[in-house]
Amino acid sequence: MSIKRILPLLVVVLAGLGALSSGPLTAQERPGPLRIVIDEGVIEPLPFAVPDFIAENGAAREYAARITRIVAADLQGTGLFREIPKEAFISSVTSFDAPVQFGDWKAINAQALITGAVSVSGRRLTVKFRLYDVFSGAPLGKGLQFAGTTASWRRMGHKVADAVYSRITGEGPYFDSRVAFIAESGPKNARVKRLAIMDYDGANVQYLTDGRALVLAPRFSPAGDRLLYTSYESGFPRVYLLDLGSLRRRALDEQPGTMSFAPRFSPDGRTVLLSLSVGGNTDIYSLDLATGKRRRLTSAPSIEIAPSFSPDGRQIVFTSDRSGSSQLYIMPAGGGEPRRISRGKGRYNTPVWSPRGDLIAFTKQNKGRFHIGVMQIDGTEERLLTSSFLDEGPTWAPNGRVIMFTRETAGAGGTSALYTVDTSGRNLRRVPMQGAASDPAWSPLLK
Amino acid sequence: MKHLKKIMLLIAVLGVSACTDPGRFGPGAGGAGAGAGAGLGGAASDPRSPEYFRQTVGDRVHFAVDQSTLSPEARATLDGQAQWLLDNPEYSAIIEGHADERGTREYNLALGARRAAAVKEYLVARGVAGTRLSTVSYGKERPIAICSEESCYAQNRRAVTVITAGGGV
Repeated sequence: MSIKRILPLLVVVLAGLGALSSGPLTAQERPGPLRIVIDEGVIEPLPFAVPDFIAENGAAREYAARITRIVAADLQGTGLFREIPKEAFISSVTSFDAPVQFGDWKAINAQALITGAVSVSGRRLTVKFRLYDVFSGAPLGKGLQFAGTTASWRRMGHKVADAVYSRITGEGPYFDSRVAFIAESGPKNARVKRLAIMDYDGANVQYLTDGRALVLAPRFSPAGDRLLYTSYESGFPRVYLLDLGSLRRRALDEQPGTMSFAPRFSPDGRTVLLSLSVGGNTDIYSLDLATGKRRRLTSAPSIEIAPSFSPDGRQIVFTSDRSGSSQLYIMPAGGGEPRRISRGKGRYNTPVWSPRGDLIAFTKQNKGRFHIGVMQIDGTEERLLTSSFLDEGPTWAPNGRVIMFTRETAGAGGTSALYTVDTSGRNLRRVPMQGAASDPAWSPLLK
Repeated sequence: MKHLKKIMLLIAVLGVSACTDPGRFGPGAGGAGAGAGAGLGGAASDPRSPEYFRQTVGDRVHFAVDQSTLSPEARATLDGQAQWLLDNPEYSAIIEGHADERGTREYNLALGARRAAAVKEYLVARGVAGTRLSTVSYGKERPIAICSEESCYAQNRRAVTVITAGGGV
């Protein structure tokens, strides 16, 4: 597997298309109706139209419509936007630079219009697009152009959709991202698990291990170039570090008689936190990747696991059952007295600090049900976003607005699938993919 | 002679088992599941065979929900295991800790580690050399009973002592 198949090389040219630019207005500054504020209670999806992008030459024809579909699917998938079917269109767009007939789009109640054009030269693919606020009859932001390889055509669609999403919501982008996960097959008592990676929307699945050894719970590095995961290839669970470019990997902790799992990177990517079981007692350690120096951060006879750094690297949230049941605690990054933050009934596990720093996502087990929830970092304002037989293992989208997790069904034929939900609890969706999957880890936004 | 026997056992086992399970006898959960697992373990009628250990001595103990405490019944089974291991010093054992599916993956790994360690400590207290015993946790990854009811969960909350070749160091 070459580096290009793992991280397709993409040259992004962020070029204002000068002639039609409307000045440096951002979504936040801009008055008028074309705006979605995600925190508001009930959201009526914003109707948009995205006519098929123009193929500017023959070679672009096989990509133009498909890229348009990516843009539409990304936006529609947020639950914040509603695509107007093209059967309703009055105008057709035949040229990227032709004047927009705003009246025709107003008549079908399209609040946003996205037009685009695709050209291909050899293996180089270029996409340009414009976003219009139909009701004010003006472009929203500058036209943009993205260039990359034809192999990365889907990413071009995600880039366009990210720009549209960000301009209208004022939130950070997240569609141009990937998800590492565990692909599952086989019956429940002989499950085969493979480390895999895919686009955030379930496309382009690539397998990174062959299924001979049990593998669990991958985590992305902050730069998206490396994965941590747990593998039983030595016969014992150990944390491995995999470089996604070279596909080289190494075991991080090989002390005989111990088990390591539940790893996570520090925000600067230089340190790894992991949970280490010695003689049946599990505590949290940090490991300096350059020097291999290990430091013990907790030392209690109880179970301390599943550490996650705050985005500023100063604090760690983790799980401990020192109170008699699993609860969430926060301690300084160098270890020290932890303070309990979870206060509700039930057991709390797998805390993950939001990339925005504002919330902690967790798994909660209570009265025979499992939930994905979020709370403030002081433990207040707990909100349960989901409820099922078994939900677990939240991971944050790069913009901190969406959470992906594992949902497993009950019974002898029970299987796992990946789902997403907004931090508001809205828009619960199954990630469209073939085969069972668990343990998602969302990458940062691709470069 | 003893060494030769050990080497032959290792060769025989390595020839058929996955590379992640060196020298195991019987269906330890690290293997492919709940197959019969006889064959390499010798005849069940031979008290010195790993198969006898599995079937007659009893290779597993069970735990209450979220607990790693050994019940009186578990202690009785482990007394038998300790005696067998003392009588058969040419073998070692891997103790596998497991959990039911009603917990998160990572917590259950830690819980399985606790259960395996509880068994190891007990066997050591009964005189088995700690160097002959290693522990591993599979958390909820290797259930033997697959329904989503307490009858299955109770079977899955277990620690299994899997006999391996070699008498430890």
